[in-house]
Amino acid sequence: MSLADPAAAVPPPLPPAETLANTPPRTLFLVFLSIALSGFGGVLPFARRALVERRGWLTPADFTETLSLCQSLPGPNVVNLSIVVGSRACGWRGALAALAGLIGAPMLIVIALGMLYGRFEGLVYVQRALVGLAAGAAGLVASTAARMAEPLLKSRFLSAAPFIAAAFLGVGVMRWPLAYVILALAPLSVGLMWRRQA
Amino acid sequence: MTSGGWSTLGAIATQFGVLSLLAFGGANAVLPEIHRQSVAVHHWMTDKDFSALFAIAQSAPGPNFIVATLIGWKAAGVPGALVATAAMCAPSCFLTFWVVKAWDRYRETRWRAAIAAGIAPVTVGLVFSSAFVLIRAADANWRLAIVTAASASVAYFTKLNPLWCLAAAAALGLTGVLGR
Repeated sequence: MSLADPAAAVPPPLPPAETLANTPPRTLFLVFLSIALSGFGGVLPFARRALVERRGWLTPADFTETLSLCQSLPGPNVVNLSIVVGSRACGWRGALAALAGLIGAPMLIVIALGMLYGRFEGLVYVQRALVGLAAGAAGLVASTAARMAEPLLKSRFLSAAPFIAAAFLGVGVMRWPLAYVILALAPLSVGLMWRRQA
Repeated sequence: MTSGGWSTLGAIATQFGVLSLLAFGGANAVLPEIHRQSVAVHHWMTDKDFSALFAIAQSAPGPNFIVATLIGWKAAGVPGALVATAAMCAPSCFLTFWVVKAWDRYRETRWRAAIAAGIAPVTVGLVFSSAFVLIRAADANWRLAIVTAASASVAYFTKLNPLWCLAAAAALGLTGVLGR
C-alpha cells in the first residue's frame, strides 16, 4: 500500500464479531477437522467444547437443542451435528465443508491402520495386543450402554425397561434384522410417549 | 475390477446405505447389524477380525461410525472403505439437511418430543446389543472377560479418559497373559 493511497488514512473497520452466520466454509472445515482429530472414541465432548466454549457459535441451550434434533434423526449424531451447524452458517456449502472436515482425516487414518493390520496381523505381538484391545473396547461399549440406560430407568422405569429389554433380546440375542425390530418397537414406544404427553 | 468386486461394492453400498437411515443413536446402535451382515450373511470376515477392526476404530481419532470405513476396507479394499463411508453418511446427511429447516419451524410441537422420548429406550437396548455382540466376539477366555469387566467399570464409575482403558488392555495383551 502506497503512502498516497487515501484508504490508508482511514483505520480499517473492526473485524465483525465471529458468529455462525458469517462463518465461511474454510473455517467450518478447519474447526470440524480439529474436533475430529482431538476426539478419540467419541467426539461429542470435543464438539461441545469447540462450538460452545471456544467459538461461541452456539449457546449451551442451542447446543442441547441441536443435539436432541441430531439424536432423533438417524445417522451418526456428530455427523448430523456437522450438517446442521454447517448449513446454518452457509447452506449446503457449509454443510459439505463441515462434513469433510469431520470425516476426511479420520477416514484416511483408519484406512492406514487397516493396511497395517492387514500386513502385520500375523505377528504374535500384534495379535496379543489386539486381543486385549478388543476386550477393553467391548467394555467401553457396555459402559456407554449403562450410562445411557441410567437416566431413563430412573425417571420412567415402566415405560423404558420393556423397550430396552425387547430391543436387546431381538437384536443382541435373537440376532433378528435390525429394521424389523426398529419397525416393531419404535412406533409402540413413540405412541406411548405421545399418549403420555396428552 | 472383477464382477465379484463390483457386486461386493454394491452389497456394501446397500448395507450401509440402509443402516444410515436406521442408525438412531449413532453407530453403536447398528453395530450388531453390521456384525450380522459382514460375518454371518456375507462372510467378509471372521468374528475375530470384526472385534479387532472395531477395537482399531475405537483407538483412532474421529467419530465412532468410522468402524464402517474399516469394515468396507476389509471387504473390498480402499474402494470398499470409500463406498462404506459414503453410504453410511449420505442418506442420513440428506435427511438431516432437509429436516433442519422444518425442525426450526416446529420446535415446540408435541410429536417432536414424543419421537425423541420414544426412540431413546429402543436405542439403549440396541447399544446393549452391541456390547453383547462385541463381548461374545472378543472374550475367548475368562481373563479377557475380566479385562472387559474392568474396562466397563472404570469407564462407568470414573471420569478417566477411556483411551487409558484401551491402552491398559492392549499393554496387558502384549504381555501374553490374555492368551495367544
